[in-house]
Amino acid sequence: MHFKVGIAALLGIASALALPVPSALAYTAFVTNEKDNSVSVIDTEKLEVIKTFSVGQRPRGVILSNDGKWLIICTSDDNIIQVYDTKTYELIKTLPSGPDPELLILHPSGNPLYVANEDDNLVTVVDIQSGKIIGDIPVGVEPEGMGMSPDGKVLVNTSETTNMAHFIDTTTHKTFDNVLVDSRPRVAIFNPAGTQLWVSSEIGGTVTVLNPADRKILKKISFEIPGVTKEAIQPVGVRITPDGKTAFVALGPANRVAVIDTETFEVKKYLLVGQRVWQLALTPDGKKLLTTNGASNDVSVIDVEALKVVKSIRTGRYPWGVVVAPF
Amino acid sequence: MAIRKASRGGVPISDFKHRALVAALAGALAFLTPAYAEEPAPATPPPAAAAAAAKQDAEAPKVAMVPIILARELRDEPLPLSLLDLPPKDLGIAGAKLAITDNNTTGRFMNQEFKLEPIEESDPAKLIQDVVQKVDEGAHFVIVDATPDTLLKLADALKGKEALVINYGAPDDSLREENCRPQIVHTAPTRTMLADALAQYLVWKKWNRWLLVLGPTEQDKLYAEALRRAAKRFGAKIVEERVFTYDSGNRRSDGGFEQVQQQIPTFTQNAPDYDVLVVADEGNLFGEYLPYRTWDARPVAGTAGLVPQSWHPAIELWGGTQFQNRFKRLADRTMRPIDYNAWLAVRMVGEAASRTKSGDYKQLIPYIKGPNFDVAGFKGVGLSLRNWNGQVRQPILVTTPKMLVTVSPQQGFLHQVSELDTLGVDKPETKCKAYTQ
Repeated sequence: MHFKVGIAALLGIASALALPVPSALAYTAFVTNEKDNSVSVIDTEKLEVIKTFSVGQRPRGVILSNDGKWLIICTSDDNIIQVYDTKTYELIKTLPSGPDPELLILHPSGNPLYVANEDDNLVTVVDIQSGKIIGDIPVGVEPEGMGMSPDGKVLVNTSETTNMAHFIDTTTHKTFDNVLVDSRPRVAIFNPAGTQLWVSSEIGGTVTVLNPADRKILKKISFEIPGVTKEAIQPVGVRITPDGKTAFVALGPANRVAVIDTETFEVKKYLLVGQRVWQLALTPDGKKLLTTNGASNDVSVIDVEALKVVKSIRTGRYPWGVVVAPF
Repeated sequence: MAIRKASRGGVPISDFKHRALVAALAGALAFLTPAYAEEPAPATPPPAAAAAAAKQDAEAPKVAMVPIILARELRDEPLPLSLLDLPPKDLGIAGAKLAITDNNTTGRFMNQEFKLEPIEESDPAKLIQDVVQKVDEGAHFVIVDATPDTLLKLADALKGKEALVINYGAPDDSLREENCRPQIVHTAPTRTMLADALAQYLVWKKWNRWLLVLGPTEQDKLYAEALRRAAKRFGAKIVEERVFTYDSGNRRSDGGFEQVQQQIPTFTQNAPDYDVLVVADEGNLFGEYLPYRTWDARPVAGTAGLVPQSWHPAIELWGGTQFQNRFKRLADRTMRPIDYNAWLAVRMVGEAASRTKSGDYKQLIPYIKGPNFDVAGFKGVGLSLRNWNGQVRQPILVTTPKMLVTVSPQQGFLHQVSELDTLGVDKPETKCKAYTQ
C-alpha cells in the first residue's frame, strides 16, 4: 500500500503546532507506525504526540545515532534505511541495506550500523558516514533480533525460522557460536553489565537468558497469566533498566508486559497494556517505559518505579518500533 | 470432460501476482538488489556446499544425514475450471523442497543435513513397494500425498518398520478417526477443520441460513457432510440441499459463459430464504461458476468464493512475506495450501532434529509425537499435534481468491485446552483407538 500522505498527514496537522520544548525532564520518543508510513513524536513529559511526520514505506526498527542527531529507520518495503534529523524531521539521507530490513543496532562507538535483513539470511554492516556496505554476515533464516554487547565486541543476531542466537565477532564479522532457543526468536539484548543476554521467543512463548561468556543457558523464563491462553503469550520486546535489576518483556497478543527480577528470573508482575504489544523503550533516566501496541494503535506509558501503566497515547496505525532521545 | 494426469496438466502457470510484485518492486525501487528479480544468488551456501566445506575442515564434526521420502500418487483427475488453478508439476514437492533448504540452513549450524527423495508413481502398489524399499534401506520419514486407500495400505506395509508417515495431502477425517494409524501424523487440515473454520466466521457474520450445493463425487459428499456437521455445531441451519449433477463440460472452449450465465440462475432458483450459498466441490469443477450468478444476490462460500484453507499466496502476516518470497524464488510460482502442508511436514522433522540435537529417528519420532513438540508455521501461534489422532492443530485461513478475510478460530469460540481445538473433531468425540494417550 502506498498511503504516503493520507491519515499520517491528517494526524500530523492536529499536533503540528506544538514543538518539542527542551527541558531537564522531558525526552522525545519516536514511534514508527508500520501501517501509516509515519513517525509519531512524543513528548515524554507531557505524554502527548507533538508531531507526526511521513517517512518511507513500512517503517519498523528505529534507533538513534550516538549524538542523538539522527533518527535511523528501517523502511522495510523500500528495502532501505532512512536517516532523519531528530529536530527538524527532515530526511537527511538514506543508507543501503539488504532486502526487507527489520531491526538494526549501532556499534557502541557510533559506527558501523548492523542491519538484520529478513529476506536474505544476512546481517549487513553499513558505514553510516560514507553510506557504504562494508560487510555481509551469513546467518540463519529470517534474521531479526540484534543485540550488541556493551563493549562492542559481540553482536548477537536471532533468526526467526532457524531459531538461533548467532554470536558474531564484530572485528572479524564471523559467527563464532550459535545457540538454539525456542521458536521464532525476535529480540536479543544484553544487560548493562554484559553478563546476561536475553532472547525472546515469540512462538515458543519463552525468554532465554544466556551467559555471553560461555553461551550456556542461565534460565528459560516462561509465563502464565490467568485467563490468557498459552498460545497468546508471545514474548517480543525486552528492555532492562539502567541499574540492571529489572527486565520488561512485551507479551504480544497477551496484551501485557511482564516485569522480571534479573537476579532471580522471577516474574514479579504483569502490566496490562494495549493490544499486541511488541517493542519497548525506556527513557534515558530509566523512569518510564513506552510500549508499542500494534493492534490498538497506541503507546502505553509505564511508571517504572510504581510499576503502573499511567497513560495510553494514540499514535498512527500499527505502531511498531520506539526509541527515546535524551533531549 | 478432459481427463488428464494432474502431473502432466501442470504447465507452470504464468503467475500474475508474482510478476506484478516483481515489476512493482523493480520499477519503484531502482536500488533494489537485482538478486531479487533475477535468479537469486544464494545468500547462504547450498547444503551440498556447506557439507563439502564441513568435510574439508578436519575439525568439523560428522554431519548427520536425515533422508525424507516424498511419496506422491499421481492420479487421473479432471482439470479444474480456472486457468489459474491448473496444478503445477511440482505441486506439494516445491513446498517440501523449501522446507529442506530451511532445515539445512539451521542444519549448517547443527551439523545436520536433510535430503528429499521424491517418488512419484501412478501405480499404488509400485509406489508402496518403492517406499518400503527406501525405508528398508534406512529412511525413516515418509511424507505422503495419496488417496486415503493408498495411504492406509502404505502405512500398513510400513507397520513395525519404525517409519513415521506424514500425510500432507488427504483431508479425510476417517484417516484420523475410525481408520487412524499410530504411524501416521497429518499436516493437511481435515474437512471438519476447514468447515468449522468457515462456519465460525459465517456465524459471526450472522449468516446463519445456508443453501448447500454439492457435487456428485465422494469427496464432495464428505465435504458436504463436514459442512452439515459444522452447521449443527455452531448453530447455523441448512435450509435446503441441491446436488449439482450437470456435466460442466470441458473446462475450455471458445465461449461457454453464455450458457453458464443461464444455467446457474435456474439451478439456484426457488430456494427458501438463505443468507449464504455453501458449496462442496473439491475438484473445482463447477463451484467457480456459482459466485455472481445465483438467482438471489447471495455470497458463496465453501470450496469456491470464501474458502477456508491452510495457506493463501497473499498472506503476509507473521513473517509470511519472507516465507512467500523464499517460495517464489525457489518454485517460480505462488505457494498453494498443499505446498504449505508439505513444507510443514518436512519442517516438523527439522524442528525435531534441532530440538533433540539429533538426526536419529529413535529420538525424533517420539519427540514429534511427544507433549513438548511444537513448530512455528507462519500462523501466529505454535503448531502442535493432537495426541489423540496425530492431527496438527492449526489456525485456518478464510480467504477470497486475492485476500485473507479472517483467521479462525474466531474470537469467542472458547476451549478448555486450546482454542485451535474448536476446529475439527475434538478429543471427546474421537473414534481413533490407535493413539492411546
